[in-house]
Amino acid sequence: MKIIIMGCGRVGAQLASLLDADGHQITVLDIDAHSFRRLPPSFGGTALVGDGTDEEMLKKAGIAEADAFVAVTQGDNRNVMGAQIAKKIFDVPRVICRIYDPLRKDVYEALGLEAVSPTVVFAQLLRDKLLAE
Amino acid sequence: MYIIIIGGGSVGYHLCKALLKEGHEVLVMDKDASKCENFEDELGSVCVRGDGCEVATLAEAGASRAEVFIAATDGDEDNLVACQIAKYKFGVPRTIARVNDPKNEEIFRKLGVDCPISVTNLILEHIEEKIPTHPLIHLLTMGEEKMEIVEVKIMDGSKSVGKSVKQLSLPLDSILALLIRNGHKPQVPTADTILEANDRIIALTTTDSEAILQKKLAGT
Repeated sequence: MKIIIMGCGRVGAQLASLLDADGHQITVLDIDAHSFRRLPPSFGGTALVGDGTDEEMLKKAGIAEADAFVAVTQGDNRNVMGAQIAKKIFDVPRVICRIYDPLRKDVYEALGLEAVSPTVVFAQLLRDKLLAE
Repeated sequence: MYIIIIGGGSVGYHLCKALLKEGHEVLVMDKDASKCENFEDELGSVCVRGDGCEVATLAEAGASRAEVFIAATDGDEDNLVACQIAKYKFGVPRTIARVNDPKNEEIFRKLGVDCPISVTNLILEHIEEKIPTHPLIHLLTMGEEKMEIVEVKIMDGSKSVGKSVKQLSLPLDSILALLIRNGHKPQVPTADTILEANDRIIALTTTDSEAILQKKLAGT
């Protein structure tokens, strides 16, 4: 699959390297070139400096042929904007975004965006771990 | 009319002041406590502290009875998301967003904001209107259809001077709607109308053909 990842923070870089190792064609976007230090030396995909909410930048990243788009920057609203551009303007088949604020997650699901809230997921995980011991 | 404004910067402040003066009920929302204090001191209790992208905060502000929702922060993502929540979650009939990066104006429109406004684009349009030497002026753009109404001025040295409309072989998707000539009543040009220098033509065209139309009419 051809996958575009917006945001090369810890999660973005980790996801990029996992998918790259699985043999997918990965392009990572970040506005700060320094973020790419998190990618492993073995990373065989493309790292592009640029804003994932910028139409031109997304075209450069090859969004027209992308099978999936993942938005994992630090900003919820930024992720939502990037994801909506990918889904509604470029018709990318699979789009997932990270939303920290669990209250907001409901709205985006209502807007037709697939959202994952690390806050909810991690809290549940911690609870399960605590109660299991 | 109940109007909610997100962002208490200078745009938000002056909007609020003007709308209050017109007798509207206005509520400004800003994340920054000191900005809210400024509003309190100068305009009374019109500002609440809060994130305009949060459903709970907007519910508390009574967003469902707002008739107009304006997002005027300096962050485009925030303005987009605030307007979308107002529109899709609270059913606000009219959402207006300040667009900081002019490229986003079209994106905002496609993503459901009723009225995205880019100051940069407004200034550019104004320059086009006011500078008489500019041969093509955009009068109206009909967003998604890619249609537009433009005004083209025939200059002294234009190749079209002295030619009839049919000789120009204009793009098929462009129609000359009106000819404005000094000292004459505006008329609808026909295929046989001969163009003169300083004529002004109002034409309906597509964004794709705009450049060709301009070249045919005003090219030198």
